[in-house]
Amino acid sequence: MGRRSFIKSVSLAGGGLVIGFSWLGCGRGTEEAEKELGMQMPDEWFELNGYLKIGDNGIVTIYSPNPEIGQNVKTSMPMLVAEELDVDWNNVIVEQAPLNTEVFTRQIAGGSQSIRQGWESLRMAGATARQMLLTAAAAEWEVPVSELRVENGMISHSGSDRTIGYGEIAKAAVNVEVPEEVELKNNRDFKIIGTSRKNVDAKKIVTGQPLYGLDFYRDDMLTAMIIQPPAFGMEFKNMDAESAKEMPGIRDVFTINTYPDDMEKEWSDVGAFSQVVVVVGDSTWQVMQARKAIKVEWDLKPELVKEIEILEKSPALRDSGGLENSDIHYNLMAEVGSKKSEMIRKDGEPEAAFKNAAKVLERSYSCPYLAHNCMEPMNFFANVTGDKAELVGPIQTPEFAEKSINKRLGIDLENIDIQMTRMGGGFGRRLYGHFVIEAAVISQKMGKPIKLVYTREDDMTNGVYRPAYHVTYKAALDGNNNLTAFHVNAGGMSESPLFANRFPAGAIDNYLAESWTVDSNISIGAFRAPRSNFIAGAEQSFLDELAEEMGKDPIEFRLEMLERAKNDPVGENNDYDPARFAGVLELVRDKSGWGKGTSSQSRGVSAYYCHNSYVAQILDLTVENNEPIIDKVICAVDCGIVVNPDAAKNMVEGGTIDGIGHGLYSQLSFEDGIPQQSNFDTYRLIRHREAPKHIDVHFVDNGIDPTGLGEPPYPPVIGALANALYKATGKRIYKQPFISELQGDFKT
Amino acid sequence: MAEFNLTVNGKQLSVDVDQNTPLLWVLRDHLKLVGTKYGCGIAQCGACTVHLNGNAVRSCQIPVSSVKDNEVTTIEGLSENGDHPVQQAWLEHDVPQCGYCQSGQIMTAAAFLKSNSNPSEEQIESAMNGNICRCGTYTRIKAAVKTASKNQIV
Ligand code: FES
Ligand code: FES
Repeated sequence: MGRRSFIKSVSLAGGGLVIGFSWLGCGRGTEEAEKELGMQMPDEWFELNGYLKIGDNGIVTIYSPNPEIGQNVKTSMPMLVAEELDVDWNNVIVEQAPLNTEVFTRQIAGGSQSIRQGWESLRMAGATARQMLLTAAAAEWEVPVSELRVENGMISHSGSDRTIGYGEIAKAAVNVEVPEEVELKNNRDFKIIGTSRKNVDAKKIVTGQPLYGLDFYRDDMLTAMIIQPPAFGMEFKNMDAESAKEMPGIRDVFTINTYPDDMEKEWSDVGAFSQVVVVVGDSTWQVMQARKAIKVEWDLKPELVKEIEILEKSPALRDSGGLENSDIHYNLMAEVGSKKSEMIRKDGEPEAAFKNAAKVLERSYSCPYLAHNCMEPMNFFANVTGDKAELVGPIQTPEFAEKSINKRLGIDLENIDIQMTRMGGGFGRRLYGHFVIEAAVISQKMGKPIKLVYTREDDMTNGVYRPAYHVTYKAALDGNNNLTAFHVNAGGMSESPLFANRFPAGAIDNYLAESWTVDSNISIGAFRAPRSNFIAGAEQSFLDELAEEMGKDPIEFRLEMLERAKNDPVGENNDYDPARFAGVLELVRDKSGWGKGTSSQSRGVSAYYCHNSYVAQILDLTVENNEPIIDKVICAVDCGIVVNPDAAKNMVEGGTIDGIGHGLYSQLSFEDGIPQQSNFDTYRLIRHREAPKHIDVHFVDNGIDPTGLGEPPYPPVIGALANALYKATGKRIYKQPFISELQGDFKT
Repeated sequence: MAEFNLTVNGKQLSVDVDQNTPLLWVLRDHLKLVGTKYGCGIAQCGACTVHLNGNAVRSCQIPVSSVKDNEVTTIEGLSENGDHPVQQAWLEHDVPQCGYCQSGQIMTAAAFLKSNSNPSEEQIESAMNGNICRCGTYTRIKAAVKTASKNQIV
């Protein structure tokens, strides 16, 4: 049975956009391309649809639609196209597609959704082109399509010994009508999907070729940098920039307002400071020097003064003058979190069950704000001339950025060209494209191409941060140590981390989930596995402590609950599949030899479901001089079909290390609205020595359509870490970053 | 502004810049050798690592005026065809995620292996500890350094 194809006959070139862009102001000639790729370039290309073109020599170029932030979609997405096209992967060149909403859907890097949502469309693009090539060959030979076979881009006829390569028939195939229905392969016929293919940019990365936004240069381009308020809650008052303007290489100093009050904002228009000072000059170092010579006066925001009056009842905030402090945040969260909050889900009679409980276990957990700290700081190139805007750089949400530029600068959408560079990390930070708008506004004002560059300090203190969160869990036990009720009450600094319908909801008769928030003027946003990145670790620590209280093995305890959720689920909206959840726990138990043998290592286990994938982890560590030494993490992952196994493994390793690093070491704290960490000397990130010595990754093989991997390995490992630290030290840790608790130097 | 003559990747080059300009920005802004990355500017992350007479140094900390006739090697000049044993090991292990930190990691590893051709795991961890990888490719980096140590032509 064929499937309806939604591939249109729109070509990328037809959209009026130039494919690709040249780095460093000089185009890449055919010769360079051939040398670099080790393959001969064709004389002519034939574009069969917006996703691919075929050269007259059989070389295929596949456009990777989604932004590449290190999740490796630039390799795995084209693999899906190549699979259905039936070509030799060695003859494939991958290029980053520009933003094009006519050809592509959802050109976003976020929510671990690229592969899941591209699974059908990308294969369809390959299958559609394959069908067109076959139709053209059948017409040429005057035989029915059903008598043709394809292997590695070579079409053959079963009734004769005729063969023809894709490159030779591509010219004719272009004129074939785009089929309305195509067939997709059976999983068992996959030749590329499920095999490890190396990162298509790896050679360029290890030889230092230009790839990232910060690497983009153009002749007569200027460098722009910003000066932002020193504290959240402050705004620009006035400045003296006269001497800075006289400094060598400095072109201008002015202020911009990125988001005027009357601008209709897009979802992605989130930024810490709308009005900033801008310094423009010939080179980065000159601009950096000039920034120091500018004297800026800042003021408390007027709305803050008003807010403080309204917040009369919140003495803590008032005492800080509206400029926020982390220690006050923690106190406020503990206070608000101890009260009755907004009920999000209730099953059974939790209140009665708690009243009748023989024992109640209650624990509270909290975490600090986090900065994303992408290794490549925020930056963007903009060239706004008259009614046109050309933009090049790292952005996870190019489509939103295009709309925002349209609204902010009044440039027609079809005159805005956005090219995506490889990104030096994303982690959610580059979902918020205020820096794209800033770059465009600056370029328009200067009437010149500019590259906006954030220093590390700008990047860290001008964040859209992971919020500080707090959660309280309560469990009711009867006289026989049976779990009778469960209560979760979660909130945070202006966002709640609660997922009311996730495990253990559905597994407990009496269940109550509540949610609250505390207002704050600190900008927050998505950070790798939003909300899950905190709540998973807290929940999985609590379940560990609860299992111990009940005298049960922590894995058995979870499996019992999942069994209940599978056979006789409580409530209706449980958003996980208990069988798949149990599957990763069983896999990690079996692979780790859980409960068998003796070891000098302390072990912790954890499992979580988010972004459509299931991950269970077991972590082994020892603690020496209050420093954890992590020997091993064993991971079991169910993300359905694994498209590119070794790259998927890399992603799980990275997510695991990232989770450990942030749970153990990282925090961004505030004093009087001022971020207390502004570079890697004060903001601690995990380093080589602190990373696990070994990470084992096991995938569940179940043939289910693939789901994401960028986020799911991160959240649970923090629980495994907390539980292992407890085994090693005898002390439960409730507050992140764990190292401060371990070493007893947590300031608040 | 003053003129400085530099030897970078075996070539004689001259730039006209302020004498305090860090080598990092001379390489990137003026010589368009962008493989050397900016990560922190304060000697904390290692993204800007280059070789000065074969030793790994942080180019964000080196004023151009102090380079003098010392030989600078950047990732672009580490090998003729991108086939230095460390680069090859990186490809074999498919180390990069976002890739941004990797040229600094490679430059640190290449200099380290010259001084210690058969390092232990602990020695690798210590040698690489100054290079942050925000994506968390540490286990692969370690494996790649080990592979490179076995494959290097001494
Ligand atoms: S940029 Fe030089 S060490 Fe970070
Ligand atoms: S690979 Fe992204 S920072 Fe290392």
